[in-house]
Amino acid sequence: MAFPILSTLIALPIAGSLLLLLVPGRDGDERHDAMVRNVALVVSLLVFAESLLLWSRFTTTSADFQFVERYRWIPAFGISYAVGVDGISLLLVVLTAFLTPLALLGSWTSVHKKTRAFCMTLLVLESAMIGVFVSLDLFLFYVFWDAMLVPMYFLIGIWGYDRRIYAAVKFILYTMAGSVLMLLAILGLAYLHNSARGVYSFDLLQLYTLDVPPNLQFWFFLAFALAFAIKVPLFPFHTWLPDAHVEAPTAGSVILAGVLLKMGTYGLVRFAFPLFPQAAALMAPALAVLAIVGIIYGALVAMVQPDMKKLVAYSSVSHLGFVVLGIAAMNIQGVQGAVYQMLNHGVSTGGLFLIVGMLSDRRHTRLIAEYGGLKKVMPRLVAVFLIVTLSSIGLPGLNGFVGEFLILLGAFRANPRFAAFAATGVILSAAYMLWMFQRVNYGPVTKDENRSLPDLQPREWLAIAPIVAAAVLMGVFPNLFLRPIEPAADRMLGQVLQRSGREIHAAMPHVSPPVDPPGRTLTVRSSGDAAR
Amino acid sequence: MTTELNAIVPMACVTAAGIAAMVAEAFREPGERMPIGGLGAVGLVGAGIASFLLWGRDAVSFGVVAADNFGLFVTWILIVVGLLSLGFSATTIDRERLPGGEYYALMLFAIAGMMLMATATDLLLIFLALEVLSLAVYVLTGLRRSSAAATEAALKYFLLGAFSSAFFLYGIAFTYGLTGSTRLDRVGSLMAAQAMSPTPMQFVALGLLLVGFAFKVAAVPFHMWTPDAYEGAPPAVTGFMSTGVKAAAFAAFVRVFLSAFEPLRNDWAPVLWIVAAATMIVGTVVGVAQLNVKRMLAYSSIAHGGYILLALLASNDVGKAAVLFYLLVYAITNLGAFGIIAALEGVDRPNDRVADYAGLWYDHPRLAALMTIFLLSLGGFPPTAGFIAKWYVFSAAVKAGYNGLAIIGVLTSVVSVFFYLRIVVMMYMTQPDADVQVPPVSRAAGIALAVSAALVFYLGILPTRVLDWAAASVKTIF
Repeated sequence: MAFPILSTLIALPIAGSLLLLLVPGRDGDERHDAMVRNVALVVSLLVFAESLLLWSRFTTTSADFQFVERYRWIPAFGISYAVGVDGISLLLVVLTAFLTPLALLGSWTSVHKKTRAFCMTLLVLESAMIGVFVSLDLFLFYVFWDAMLVPMYFLIGIWGYDRRIYAAVKFILYTMAGSVLMLLAILGLAYLHNSARGVYSFDLLQLYTLDVPPNLQFWFFLAFALAFAIKVPLFPFHTWLPDAHVEAPTAGSVILAGVLLKMGTYGLVRFAFPLFPQAAALMAPALAVLAIVGIIYGALVAMVQPDMKKLVAYSSVSHLGFVVLGIAAMNIQGVQGAVYQMLNHGVSTGGLFLIVGMLSDRRHTRLIAEYGGLKKVMPRLVAVFLIVTLSSIGLPGLNGFVGEFLILLGAFRANPRFAAFAATGVILSAAYMLWMFQRVNYGPVTKDENRSLPDLQPREWLAIAPIVAAAVLMGVFPNLFLRPIEPAADRMLGQVLQRSGREIHAAMPHVSPPVDPPGRTLTVRSSGDAAR
Repeated sequence: MTTELNAIVPMACVTAAGIAAMVAEAFREPGERMPIGGLGAVGLVGAGIASFLLWGRDAVSFGVVAADNFGLFVTWILIVVGLLSLGFSATTIDRERLPGGEYYALMLFAIAGMMLMATATDLLLIFLALEVLSLAVYVLTGLRRSSAAATEAALKYFLLGAFSSAFFLYGIAFTYGLTGSTRLDRVGSLMAAQAMSPTPMQFVALGLLLVGFAFKVAAVPFHMWTPDAYEGAPPAVTGFMSTGVKAAAFAAFVRVFLSAFEPLRNDWAPVLWIVAAATMIVGTVVGVAQLNVKRMLAYSSIAHGGYILLALLASNDVGKAAVLFYLLVYAITNLGAFGIIAALEGVDRPNDRVADYAGLWYDHPRLAALMTIFLLSLGGFPPTAGFIAKWYVFSAAVKAGYNGLAIIGVLTSVVSVFFYLRIVVMMYMTQPDADVQVPPVSRAAGIALAVSAALVFYLGILPTRVLDWAAASVKTIF
C-alpha cells in the first residue's frame, strides 16, 4: 500500500495540536507560551513540507484524482472515507499549508491569552481546511466543511477585537444557514443515486456520472450555490464578511481571506457545476451578473472605508467576484484564471492582512487617518507593503495580473459585456488600494505616535518574505502553477459542457496556458494605467 | 416455563436493584455513607448483560412483553441513561441533602417502568408502565421539598401528566371498544380490516392516544409542562427525565403508531406533520429567548423531540432506525450537558443562568470544554454524534419525501445553534464572574462526563456499528 500522504496531511495538524497539550507549564507563562508557539510553528512547517512533497510527486499532466485513498466508512449508505487531489485541490492544499505558518507568525506577539488554545485551534482548523479540499465523498466533504466552522468561530470569538462575539456568531450562523440546505441536497442526490442504480452513494466520482432530472438539478444547484455563495461571499450574501474580517485576529483574517473564502469558489468548481451541469449552464449568467455587481460594489465600498481591515475585506468581495465570474464564464481561460486567482488572492490578501496586523500591533488602530508618512519611519515595511499592494491590484510581473487577465479573457469569450463591466473593477481596485497606500505611507508624518515606530522585526520578515517571494514567483512563472490546473480545469469543463448540451463551446480550441506575451499585457493594463 | 420469563429479566434486574436500594436505606444509620448508587449500577449492568443475551431471540413473556431487538435497543439506551444519571446523582444528593436510598430506588423503578414501556405490546401494559415511570419521576421532581420551585414543578408535572394519562387511558378504552382487544397485533389486524371505511370512533381513539403520547414526548402544543418541570427538578433528575422518559415514550409511540395504527396512517400522518413542524419551530424559537440554561435545554429537548417525530413520521426503514439512533445520541449528549449543570450547581445557588457561565473556560477549562462538546453535538456539528443523528433523521425524511419538514428541520437546527452558542460565548468570550463558586467535581460524575464525551465522539466518527444495530433492531418487527 502506498504511503497515505493525504490522510497524514489531514492528521498531522491534529496530532500536532494534541502534542501541544503535552507542553509543560501554564498559560500566560512566557516560556511556556514561547514553546507552544514554536512547536505549533514546527508542526505547521512540517505540514507545508509535506504538501510540497505532495506537489513534487503529483503528475501534472494528468487530470485524474491522484493519491486516492478509499475506506468504507458507513457502508449501509455508501459513505466512504475517500480523499484524492487533482490539480485544483493540490494547489489549494499547498496554499493552506503555506498560509498557516504565516498566520501563526502574524499573531506571534499579538495573542497574549490562552496561547496554547490559540495554536491548537489554528492547527485543528488547518486539518479541517485540508480535509475540505481533498474530500472525494460528499458526506466527508460536508463533515469537514461544517467542522471547520467551529475553530474559526473560536478564533474570531476569543482572540478577536471589540465586536468579536457579534462577528463570530454572525459568521457561524450565516455559513450554517447556507450549508444545511446543501446537506439536504446532498441527501437528495444520494437517494437519487439509490433509485437510479440501487445503491446509496455519496461518492463524488459516481455522482458525477448520475443523470439528475433537470428540475431537480435546478433545486440542488440552488442549494449548493447558496452555500458556496455565502462562503465566497457573492453579493448580496457578503454582509458577514466585513464583520468577521475586521474583528478576527490577524491569524484569523489571514486564514479567512486566504483559505476559507476559496472554499466557496472551490465548491462551485468541484461540486455545483459538474454535478448539475444543466442547471449550471442555465444559472451561470445570473452568477456572472452577481459576480460583476460584487466586483463593482465591493470596490466602491472599499474605496470609502476609513478602516484598513475593512477596506481589505471589501476588496476581497471584489476580487472573489472575479473568481466567480471566471467560473461562470464556463470556458478554459475563465476557469483556469479563476483557480489561479484563488491562489493569488490567498497570497496577496493574506499578505495585506499580515501587514495591517503589523501596523495595528504597533499602533493599536487600523484607521487610515491615524497613519501617514510611514515611508520615512519604516522604509522596509512600506516596501513590502507596496509589493503586496501591487500584487493585489494585479500589476504585471506579480501574481494578480495573470489571474485577472485570464478571467477577463474568459469572460470576454462568454459575453463581452461581462468583461467590459468587470474591467472597471480592475481600475477601481487600483484606485482604492493605491489611495489607501498613499494616505498611509506618503506625505508628512502627521501623528507624533508614528515617528518612532520600529521597522520590520526578524519575526515579521519571516512572515512576510514568503508572501513577497510567492507573489513574484507566481507572477513570473505562472506556468508552474497553471500546468497542474489545466488538465483538471479542462476535465471539469468537459463534464459540465458535455452534459449541459453546450458541446459546441466545448469543441472550441483550448488556448494553451498563456505565457502572457508582453503585447497583451499592455493592452489590458493600459486601461487601468490610464485611470490612474 | 422458565423461558416464559426471559423477556422480563432486564427489568427484573433493575427492579431488584431498586428494592435493594430501598432496603439499604432502611438499614442506613443517619449520616452513614453507603454506596447505594453502586447497587443501582450493578442492577443496570445485569440488565445490560441480560439484554445482550436476549438479542436476536425475540423472547416474549406472557404474550405481552416482547424483548425483540427494537425493545432491547431501547433497553440499552435506558441502561446508558441510568448509568450516566447515577454518575451525576451523587453530587446532587450530597449537595441538596436528598434521601439517597429513596432517590436511587425511585430512579431505578422509573427505569424499570421505562424498560417495560419499551417492550410492552399491549396497550394496557403500556399504560401501566407509563404510570410506573411517571409516578417515580413526579416524586423525583419534587424531591427537594424545601424548594418552592421544585414543589411547583412537581405539582404541575403531576397534574398535566395525570391529564395526559387520562387521555391515554380513554384512548385505550375506545380502541378496546372498537376492536375488542388491547393487544397491539390484534388491534392492528382489526384496524387494517376496517381501514377502508374508518369510523369516527377510530379517529377518537387515535386522537386520544396521540394526545397522550404527545404529552409524554413533550410535543407542541402539549409541551407546556416541560420548561417548568425541567427547571424545578434537580439537574441530575432533569437530565434523567429529559432523556429516559422521552426514550421510553417514543419507543411505545413507535410501536403503537407504526404497528397497531399503521393502517390509519393516512389519517394520522397529516396531524403528525403539523405537530412535528410546530414542535421543531416552537422548541427552537422559544429556546432563543431563554436566559436560564435548564429552561433553554428544556426547549431544546422539545425541538429534539420534533426531529424524532420527523423520523417517526418518515417511518421507512431508515426512519425507524433513526428514531432509535437519535434517542441514543440525544440521551448521551443531553445527559452530558445536564451533568455539567449538576456539577456547576453551588451549595447555595443553582448557577443555572446563562450569565453564570461567564468565563467558565478560564477557571475550569475541562468543564467548559466538555460542555462545548455536548452543546456542539446538540447543535449537530460534525464530528460529533449529534451530526450523524441529525443526518440520519433528515435522510429518512428526504427518502420519504417529506422535503418541507426536512427544510424546516435543518433551518430550525441553525436557529438552535444560536442559543447553544450563547452558552459557548459566555464560557469562552466573556470575563469570569467572581460570585460563581464551582465546587469540585466528584469522581463518579467526572467518569460519567468523560464517558459521555467519548461516546459523543465515537458515535460521531465511527457510527457504523451502532447504526447497523439500530437498523437490525427495526428489521425484525413492523
